[in-house]
Amino acid sequence: MNVIEPTGPRPKRTSPARVGLYAFLAISALFFLAPLYVMVVTSLKTMDEIRGGYILSLPSELTFAAWTKAWSSACTGLNCNGIRVGFFNSVRILVPSVIVSIAVGSLTGYALSFWRVRGADLIFGALMVVAFIPYQIFIYPLVRIFSMAGINQTLFGIVIIHTIFGLPTMTLLFRNYFASLPPELFKAARVDGAGFLQIFRSIMLPMAIPMIVVAVILQVTGIWNDFILGLVFAGRENLPMTVQLNNIVNSTQGERAYNVDMAATMLTALVPLVVYFGSGRWFVRGIAAGAVKG
Amino acid sequence: MERGDVSLNGIKIMFGSVKVLENLDLDVAKSEFLVLLGPSGCGKSTLLNAVAGLIDVKDGQIWIGGRNVTWEEPKDRGIAMVFQSYALYPRMTVRGNMSFGLKVSGTPAAEIARRVEEAAQMLRISDLLDRRPSELSGGQRQRVAIGRALVRKVGVFLFDEPLSNLDAQLRAELRVEIKRLHQQLGATMIYVTHDQIEALTLADRIAVMHGGVIQQLDTPAKIYREPKNRFVASFVGSPAMNFIDGRIEAGATFDGGGLRVPLAGYAFAGNPASGPATLGIRPEHVVTGSDAREGAFDATVELVEPMGADSLVWCRSPGGAAFSMRLPGDTAVRSGDRQRASFPAASLSLFDSTNGKRL
Repeated sequence: MNVIEPTGPRPKRTSPARVGLYAFLAISALFFLAPLYVMVVTSLKTMDEIRGGYILSLPSELTFAAWTKAWSSACTGLNCNGIRVGFFNSVRILVPSVIVSIAVGSLTGYALSFWRVRGADLIFGALMVVAFIPYQIFIYPLVRIFSMAGINQTLFGIVIIHTIFGLPTMTLLFRNYFASLPPELFKAARVDGAGFLQIFRSIMLPMAIPMIVVAVILQVTGIWNDFILGLVFAGRENLPMTVQLNNIVNSTQGERAYNVDMAATMLTALVPLVVYFGSGRWFVRGIAAGAVKG
Repeated sequence: MERGDVSLNGIKIMFGSVKVLENLDLDVAKSEFLVLLGPSGCGKSTLLNAVAGLIDVKDGQIWIGGRNVTWEEPKDRGIAMVFQSYALYPRMTVRGNMSFGLKVSGTPAAEIARRVEEAAQMLRISDLLDRRPSELSGGQRQRVAIGRALVRKVGVFLFDEPLSNLDAQLRAELRVEIKRLHQQLGATMIYVTHDQIEALTLADRIAVMHGGVIQQLDTPAKIYREPKNRFVASFVGSPAMNFIDGRIEAGATFDGGGLRVPLAGYAFAGNPASGPATLGIRPEHVVTGSDAREGAFDATVELVEPMGADSLVWCRSPGGAAFSMRLPGDTAVRSGDRQRASFPAASLSLFDSTNGKRL
């Protein structure tokens, strides 16, 4: 018998299990990529070509007309200014909401981790319980409260709403991060004479930059994809892109412009898509760290 | 430099419903180097944190530099602190770390720069000032942490196990550094450690703590030679003190482990009495070979641990009691040999078998 003396790296063998695994991965990838593919090719076709069927075929002549139309002249009811209106509304909602929710969440997380506030555990527990209650339950009471305060259907109102609903996740994210830091760091800063906000600003926040990136990703995708809160609280003038998309797709008279719908959908999904692709590593970290709500 | 005497009166500290310290008094003189020594969980770090103002006391007073600072913020107490984990601000340079406290207190920039330079020179970290903590080695980090404490120009320095995260060689190096700083600055230093070598080498006085109580507060020599109780005796000293259980007969001999050790020359704390007792003797105090005197016996060598300069020889007395002795590093003794030995009364420690107190 020919015995090979083992030396050097262990020889690699392809086992059936491995082949099966890769096959499964490939099929799953195809399964999820197929709709995206259909959307992209459909949005690049003319309506004539779409009517001919062949949903999977590549466009015979490439046209970006549907994209331009979706962006600037698609109609929602009587308004024919395209989805760009919604895009800029969403941006106006997104930017302050992300900034304010992260600012408030990081501060509460910091307060709950380092400053043993009386009843901190209770507050934190309450926050977590609330985080699991579905949004729908809050909507009606909040509408009443907001209209009494005179901020219902305003940009300010929707920013407050996103801040409130982002608070549990943001607080948890930052609390857990700050709790993982050595408490001696905080003690050293106190001996150095820094106060509550000074420690937060000069020491804790700069250290939390990875968490801030994660929080930005979570909040940008979450707020951008929001539909119901924007619909209820933002007001007619500030309807976010998701609502606008729905209006474009569902309010068409006559023939359904599939290419425009596809293009509008792609445009709406672009921001989260860019965030996902641009920050894959951070995003996974955020899910692991947040571990409560995606 | 501020006045730096520290005085703790009747300190009581609770963690929730757990009593950590109760009715603890401690006075530290100006410019004294006091070491709080004890096993983990003995309350020494808690006590230091209370002095710093990082933990609230339930009862009692803390005086620093003649002021009652019990209710004051850490920054107002005239203290600086060095932590085990260095606790350097990771996103700041060394210079930023050292000047942070001064910036917070509104010190003019020129004064900050001067003090940082001075401290950096003292600690030989001048060339590291623009680096981040992550770019430094453990020893360098702890130097920076000490530097951060130095620039505060306070009368009292608190060290919370500052060398415990370092390897043996660096620890020895920084130990010398800290001692030199103490001589240079003349500041009061309170130093928490569980390492009795650090305690013995650094301290003017050591407070040995156990179970939240100061067991003995004395000079290193006294703690080493005349431990007040069995705990102090066993905790201080490496290799550890040997203990043999037995009886004191007529206040004149110790009978135990098959030995009869004459006690003439032992300084009893009280009146010598008969009764059960524990004999303690340090390995280096065992007299061996032809030097062995009264009460000499033949011990059986069981194990030899060469430690370079000397060897620790584990033996068994005729009555079966195990003990160790220290012999020169080049000793020819092998396991199985017989070794003549005696326990000189003057270097013994005798403890009450029931309450562990020194007799």
